[in-house]
Amino acid sequence: MPNMSLKKNEMPVQAPEERNRNFDEVALGYTLEQAMDEAARCLNCKHKPCVGGCPVAIDIPAFIQEIKVGNLAKAYEILSASTSLPAVCGRVCPQETQCEQKCVRGIKGEPVAIGRLERFVADWHMQNAKEPPAKPAANGHKAAVIGAGPAGLTCAGDLAKKGYQVTIFEALHLAGGVLVYGIPQFRLPKEIVRKEIDNLKALGVEIQTNMVVGKVLTIDELFEQGFESVFIGSGAGLPNFMRIPGENLKGVYSANEFLTRINLMKAYKADSQTPILHAKNVAVVGGGNVAMDAARCAKRLGAEKVYIVYRRSLEELPARKEEVEHAMEEGIDFRLLNNPTRILGDEQMNVRSMECIQMELGEPDASGRRRPIAKPGSEFQLDVDCVIIAIGTSPNPLLRSTTKGLETNKWGCIVADEKTGATSREGVFAGGDAVTGAATVILAMGAGKAAAKAMDEYMQAKRA
Amino acid sequence: MYTILKKQALNPTVTLMEIDAPPIAKKAEPGQFIILRVDEDGERIPLTIADFDRQRGTVTIIFQIVGATTERLNHLNQGDCLQDFVGPLGVPSHTEGLQKVCVIGGGVGSAIAYPIAKKLHQNGCQVHAIVGFRNKDLVILEEEFRSVSQRFLLMSDDGTAGEKGLVTDALKKLLDAGEQYDEVIAIGPLVMMKFVCKLTKEYGVKTVVSMNPIMIDGTGMCGGCRLSVGGQTKFACVDGPDFDGHLVDFDEAIQRAAMYKAFEQQRREETCKLFEGV
Repeated sequence: MPNMSLKKNEMPVQAPEERNRNFDEVALGYTLEQAMDEAARCLNCKHKPCVGGCPVAIDIPAFIQEIKVGNLAKAYEILSASTSLPAVCGRVCPQETQCEQKCVRGIKGEPVAIGRLERFVADWHMQNAKEPPAKPAANGHKAAVIGAGPAGLTCAGDLAKKGYQVTIFEALHLAGGVLVYGIPQFRLPKEIVRKEIDNLKALGVEIQTNMVVGKVLTIDELFEQGFESVFIGSGAGLPNFMRIPGENLKGVYSANEFLTRINLMKAYKADSQTPILHAKNVAVVGGGNVAMDAARCAKRLGAEKVYIVYRRSLEELPARKEEVEHAMEEGIDFRLLNNPTRILGDEQMNVRSMECIQMELGEPDASGRRRPIAKPGSEFQLDVDCVIIAIGTSPNPLLRSTTKGLETNKWGCIVADEKTGATSREGVFAGGDAVTGAATVILAMGAGKAAAKAMDEYMQAKRA
Repeated sequence: MYTILKKQALNPTVTLMEIDAPPIAKKAEPGQFIILRVDEDGERIPLTIADFDRQRGTVTIIFQIVGATTERLNHLNQGDCLQDFVGPLGVPSHTEGLQKVCVIGGGVGSAIAYPIAKKLHQNGCQVHAIVGFRNKDLVILEEEFRSVSQRFLLMSDDGTAGEKGLVTDALKKLLDAGEQYDEVIAIGPLVMMKFVCKLTKEYGVKTVVSMNPIMIDGTGMCGGCRLSVGGQTKFACVDGPDFDGHLVDFDEAIQRAAMYKAFEQQRREETCKLFEGV
């Protein structure tokens, strides 16, 4: 008999007033009992609507059925057939708009907690697996992947499983992309990312860090070195600014810089070599997941007041609901329907306040969201000594400026086939934020997976 | 690994290191920079490439010991390895087509000015070099500059090396004497570059400066290195490090460079104590 409870099993979390002072993981994960109870809520539908909502098409009912009977090794095997990073996806995927949105149980009550179950199985595997994954038989062919973020890691993992000798070229000193520089420790512990990457290395994937393709090597040189196909997963790393007065004051960060200092460079640790401003009052501009991450980090660094300043209302906030709730619980102050107009500083150019103007919502714009309109004369000052700009990122121009024949659109995104990732250059495929502009981890993984399949077909056809 | 093949103290606070990095040496051009980390948990610091040897696969860096990281770096020796060494980053200095250039180096900035003077010299450009130091003990690369320049002027604050005075004094003399330059290239402390630009603006001589702001990734990702150039925000790492000096907001750059001064001083003291304790 399925468990007909209308509610998901709650996942234990650290108490808000406790966790907003540490960088340990917020969500603590299911126990075996909770997981089995939750798995019993799955109706194992024949038409599996959830699978259609998953960008990497995990056989969701199949792995959940294995949890139900306590066969966690088998559950992991099913998961890992479709995803190279299950412990990551279980934590950071927006399941509520993907698999769980399609879940039949969600029609009346809450959907099955697919994300939490995925995380449970992946974590169980990390704690209990004795052997690293077996290295597949080599097929003697070489493929290159640029960027060790979610798209690149997924593409590399899938190609390695098919026997390709894959080399990932990563610009930073550590593999993981946004998983290591962007998403904070309390949402995605870096040890988890490292273990997932170790699994890829066990499959035979080679990762060369400190390699900025476009500078030290070009894509043409990769082909000269014998790589038969190249995947570009270089992300959207270039931070956007608002272009308002005062943005170059000391104490104004891009979210990328703020989060990179904290996550990649470990500025949250007391003995870190990397400095970071420990501000008293912080304004984070923007309403996405990155803005939530930045605000929650600022709070944990000891800020007394942390504001989210967003020009639309709660309804339009693009961040995941869970992240917004967590941020609110932790004491983040949401100043909605406000837009910054300028940042003011003292004589030493330190931030002293941010001027905002109140907004109201007008008619829907091209994006379908109601357009925010400034209320004339409603300017006011927010007393802050730090401002973090989290209004999005654009693709890095390094590759497009050094690769002949690589077509890009007016936003600088690489033009690639939606199904295969094929670009305007033969043998060169692309996916993730480099193609779509800033999006989610799982969409990037889906693109990496699709490209791996297309690259395999391309290389096979070429050999034939 | 990135092995230190050679280490040489150029003066008590400035050290030269030759690093084994063939892929970078193959692509490096004057004006570009590298980012290094000394050890695991170390910070990433940018250093402009002082020289490179494509055949031997080496990249030379010259650094002043100013903070915790350069202190740690200076404690490594020949045969030791750096944790990370990435480059070449940034846009190479523009040297093509220049007929006559005045290259100015201030302090350790001379180490960055030298490869540009050398490249100009190799291109057949007439090079006048002005280098300035606080005193004779801090002079570096004197012979190297002499060998690539038609005129060489050495300046020191206290008159113990070359002539007493600032690099701007020497430049003013040359300009007043009627020297015409296609360009002045000035590399050194921000204050020096600011005053060189002030002077050349009066004389209407195009001036290029090399900016070295606080950076993390060096690939355009963090935006920490942003500068105001002609009223627009530019990233030194991908748009520079070379900029039209007459357009750079130096006062802003000077303030931004001091952002973590207290932290840096504290970390440096801790590091010094650590090494003294060893």
